[in-house]
Amino acid sequence: MAEIILEGVTKRFPDGALAVKDVDLEIADGEFVILVGPSGCGKSTTLNMIAGLEDITEGTLRIGDRVVNDLAPKERDVAMVFQSYALYPHMNVRQNMGFPLRLAKVDKATINAKVTEAARILDLTEHLDRKPANLSGGQRQRVAMGRAIVRDPKAFLMDEPLSNLDAKLRVQMRTQISRLQRSLGTTTVYVTHDQTEAMTLGDRVVVMRQGLVQQIGTPAELYDLPRNIFVAGFIGSPAMNFLNATLADGALRSSLGDLTLDDRTRQALERQDAPREVIVGLRPEAFQDVALSRDRDRTGPVHTATVEVLESLGSDVYVYFAAEGGPATTTELEELAKDSGLRDTGADTRHIVARLDAATRAREGEPVELQVDMAKAHVFDPATGANLTHPVRAD
Amino acid sequence: MAAAGNTHAARWGVMNVVVVLYALFPVWWIAALSFKDPSTLTDGDYIPRDWTLENYRGIFDTSEFTRALINSIGIALISTVIAVALGTMAAYAVARLRFPGKRVLIGMSLLIAMFPPISLVSPLFNIERIIGIFDTWVGLIIPYMTFSLPLAIYTLSAFFREIPWDLEKAAKVDGATPAQAFRMVIVPLAAPGVFTTAILVFIFCWNDFLFAISLTSTESARTVPAAIAFFTGSSQFQQPTGSIAAAAVVITIPIILFVLFFQRRIVAGLTSGAVKG
Repeated sequence: MAEIILEGVTKRFPDGALAVKDVDLEIADGEFVILVGPSGCGKSTTLNMIAGLEDITEGTLRIGDRVVNDLAPKERDVAMVFQSYALYPHMNVRQNMGFPLRLAKVDKATINAKVTEAARILDLTEHLDRKPANLSGGQRQRVAMGRAIVRDPKAFLMDEPLSNLDAKLRVQMRTQISRLQRSLGTTTVYVTHDQTEAMTLGDRVVVMRQGLVQQIGTPAELYDLPRNIFVAGFIGSPAMNFLNATLADGALRSSLGDLTLDDRTRQALERQDAPREVIVGLRPEAFQDVALSRDRDRTGPVHTATVEVLESLGSDVYVYFAAEGGPATTTELEELAKDSGLRDTGADTRHIVARLDAATRAREGEPVELQVDMAKAHVFDPATGANLTHPVRAD
Repeated sequence: MAAAGNTHAARWGVMNVVVVLYALFPVWWIAALSFKDPSTLTDGDYIPRDWTLENYRGIFDTSEFTRALINSIGIALISTVIAVALGTMAAYAVARLRFPGKRVLIGMSLLIAMFPPISLVSPLFNIERIIGIFDTWVGLIIPYMTFSLPLAIYTLSAFFREIPWDLEKAAKVDGATPAQAFRMVIVPLAAPGVFTTAILVFIFCWNDFLFAISLTSTESARTVPAAIAFFTGSSQFQQPTGSIAAAAVVITIPIILFVLFFQRRIVAGLTSGAVKG
């Protein structure tokens, strides 16, 4: 067990492509850190650099108190779980799990004891003598985990370990991994493109895009205080709604009407020389059905929308409605939309989605009055993507 | 349904019999010839009237054939082992590594494989005489390797490409040196490919006539296909047909054994289960 420290870690491939740029990250001993981002964002490359499967072009990587930049994977004492599981097909489960120990020249009795123990934890005892080909996907996944835990390594590195499982099994294994990591207390770096996995598993989450770290924080921080429009759009399901708005007279003029800003936000925007044209971001829960609002005197702009689609999840109701002028687009958001084939956003990008209480009377095709909670609104600079309201909310 | 299935099966059965007969008839013919005694050799029967082992006794009587058999086995086995060992490593590099000049290397080896051997025989003859390896085992092993290596590299690199790269990465992270990863993970998985290649290379070396006849002059390195051409009858007027037939049957046996032995090891689907499939 050890901490992992990345200082200015950069990866440039021989053909000149910059995969990872200047990553600074301190992972504490025993921490569970998630690297998340759309495909091609450099998260797997970063993990491979920690594992020693990719050379580090620039920067320093420390595991424990050692700089490991030039050490071979075997000298780094880390265990890795691959997306494909990478089980050795010619070895049975016992041999697969014992392989790292056999290479470390551990004596047979110890290997046997450790493998038996790992098999017990992972519920693989009865499968120990089977070959990977005769195992189900979930069992293979557990064998891959077992091969990692028998070694008691300094860190676990997991590269999308659950993405080959079906949805139900994935949720189960997610819980199991989380429990296992807590009970072992081993530093873990976990790569995924699934923001739900990132939010549920991680102590801290690192959001990456095009080789750059966008934001590092706890799941709650990323959700409530996204630093930029990319993080805002990436984290959360259904995704945040983005609208074009014009900043005038202390209000945001948008297709939802004039959204008045509170004084502190207004001042913050002025301090930062906010452009006139901005993008306003509203999470689905920033809307409230006026009819249900007990808090009558709460101020906030009210917008009447015609419900186009209504999805009832039992606990909540998602209401989709069209916004005049459509949603805002920036390069970041387009990139996310392109990648969303991989993501279970549940959102229709052409519509605004509001999450309402299950008691709502809203019906498809009928109008509903929605109040916008401006305390939860984010204002983004369309040119830089920066969240202009971040400094206010962070206090 | 059952009737249709039977007709279908019958049609396939007939086709199979025709193909097998077509392929094996010459083999039977030469085998039949080898069991005939000289007086009935030319009677045109496909089944010998008087079975005799005289021809077999004849060829094993002199050192001409036995010596050639030893040469054949030795040269073919050594060439196969070296070609497969070098080919495995080269194919691995071709399949896995990015190195400058890779395309040139593949192109060159392809070029060598496509070169008609007959055009190389005369220069090889001169070169081998000058450097003193003419009519030696080495003198045959080298050209055999030259022509079988491209084949070996090609077949093997196809097999290596089939092996998921993740397995090797996993082995490295698990604490294997590159050599250990290669030996303990890659080679066992590439085994079917290695055996296939070994069979192909062995058959190529075993059957070669052109180099064998051109680059040897005495019993010291002459292989069986070449030696058969030097068979003589017991008298000037007698054709050595029976001896040739017997020798031909004898040299077929090692090939059959070799293929049967390795065939069991060529198990399809050995890599299944390595990754999600």
